Amino acid sequence: MGMVENIIIIAYLAFVGYLGFLGYKKTKNKTDYLIAGRDTHPFIMALSYGATFISTAAIVGFGGVAAWLGNSLLWLTFFNIFVGIFIAFVFLGNPTRKMGYRLDAHTFPEFLGKRYDSKFIQLFGAIIILLFMPLYAAGVLIGGTQFISLYFHVDYDMALFVFSIIITAYVIAGGLKGVMFTDALQGTIMFVAMVILLFATFNALGGVNEAFGKLDVVWNATVLEPLSNISLKELKPGGPDFMMKLSQLWGFEGWNKMPQFLSEGWLFVITSITFGVGIGVLAQPQLVVRFMTVSSKRELNRAVLIGGIFIIAMTGIIFIVGALSNAWYYEFNEGKNALQSAGAIGKVIPHFINTAMPKWFAFIFLFALISAAMSTLSSQFHTMGTAVGRDLIELVSKKDMNSTMITRLGIVIMIIFSVSLAYAFDEQPAIIARSTSIFFALCAAIFLPAFLGGLFWKGATQTGAKISMIVGFLVSSFWLLFVHFKEAKELGLAKAIFGSHSLLSGKIIFVDALVIALPLSAIAFIIVSKMTQKMDEKHLEKCFND
Amino acid sequence: MGSFDFGVSLAFWLTIFSTLLCVYYGAVNWNKGSAEKEKNVEHWAQEEDKIDEEL
Repeated sequence: MGMVENIIIIAYLAFVGYLGFLGYKKTKNKTDYLIAGRDTHPFIMALSYGATFISTAAIVGFGGVAAWLGNSLLWLTFFNIFVGIFIAFVFLGNPTRKMGYRLDAHTFPEFLGKRYDSKFIQLFGAIIILLFMPLYAAGVLIGGTQFISLYFHVDYDMALFVFSIIITAYVIAGGLKGVMFTDALQGTIMFVAMVILLFATFNALGGVNEAFGKLDVVWNATVLEPLSNISLKELKPGGPDFMMKLSQLWGFEGWNKMPQFLSEGWLFVITSITFGVGIGVLAQPQLVVRFMTVSSKRELNRAVLIGGIFIIAMTGIIFIVGALSNAWYYEFNEGKNALQSAGAIGKVIPHFINTAMPKWFAFIFLFALISAAMSTLSSQFHTMGTAVGRDLIELVSKKDMNSTMITRLGIVIMIIFSVSLAYAFDEQPAIIARSTSIFFALCAAIFLPAFLGGLFWKGATQTGAKISMIVGFLVSSFWLLFVHFKEAKELGLAKAIFGSHSLLSGKIIFVDALVIALPLSAIAFIIVSKMTQKMDEKHLEKCFND
Repeated sequence: MGSFDFGVSLAFWLTIFSTLLCVYYGAVNWNKGSAEKEKNVEHWAQEEDKIDEEL
């Protein structure tokens, strides 16, 4: 590594340290520490939301999936922007902000607990976060650390140790202010790297239309012609040609085409990828809490503009570049497609950056990936810490306690737990690799009906919310453990008990847990709310009126 | 983009359209919705004073 690179790394760490310190200086009370004083700048809020949402897995993992399955993944980008930004900020943001303020809520579980006047709901929300977010955080931590140890040629354990110490320092000292300031810096780096990547890719392939046009040629030459008459059994399981053949069997017909309607591939792209992640984002505790960090609707309005541009620059660009990497490899790597060249889905984006892009850009991109991991992790640590401190210890103990101190303690406990998971599972066992989708599916099924109903429906009742959360939890857990073709297989419980990867068969096993659990949890919420006693008028007055 | 089929084209244009919608909405409402800010700030000031007193 050269002198310039060393200086840039030190400057970056110093800047992150400075922003953490700035957060520390500006943190005077629990509201500052837990929700950034409810007075965050829209630019910082929007970039923090976006950078938290987009982890390294979203760039490397989903970029690789785009190289495998093609531009049909753009449906997820559409959902990310339309649902994750437009609907979330325009329709949910302001009611959440106002109600959070009226109820003096500082965390997402506290928000739900106070809305339904139920300690059980707050505790249940905190426990779900504490049970499942560490896995999600460990997944992000492992992804980020593997990247650092590969690039800098350092030991994995050492890289993990240093990486977690840096994040720990600014999350503990700066609270949510420190987290959001550093998120904004990291989001900016991610944005710049992605825009350069898009232009460089189109430039290398001779223009926009030429680039996309080449994908059809590559599909015919590397998938259709060589693999059509070969059976899956003749190919090495998990290898590049095996994966491409599998995509063909699942109904994919090219990187510029949608898979056949209702085929296995279609169900996977639309239900698991698009709905699972695209809708799941609405009930993510670490994102919902961002709405409570701004002081008025004006900040949310401004954040819509910034957030929309940020997200298209993230998932929009990485999906397009992922798919187009097939054309680049075909042209510059002896007629091979992306998977044949890189070896595996998760390796495509790093391999592409290292071979197709100049060395200086690979270095910038490394920063973008480290930033993506750090911004997601810092928010996860903060959310888990607040779940321990604010939602668990403070709620259970009767004494008036110092929230900031307890939350700091909670953050330390949860960081140690997540880092231990990352130490124990550096080989990325299946459960960690699937942790993002598991967390998204669970959050949506458990929290979304109660959250939306709480915001907009005065007829929603405490029992309705409780039953809906329990139904969401049970149905999504059942589907993840015993039915869905990916999670059920990799979690292994169905096989251990019933001797089969899935209790069901046919195309239904390709349907995401969220698509099954969310409607059931919503129906339970409505029916039980209609049947049970309305909430006290005075309480509703407090929730809905200033 | 001419080589996209209908489903992918639709996703592509909906993505562009949603981004433009976000930009348009943000630009048009750039200065709207700040009326309640003053009231909140006042409330915080009181809260801060209370905390300072307690300390």
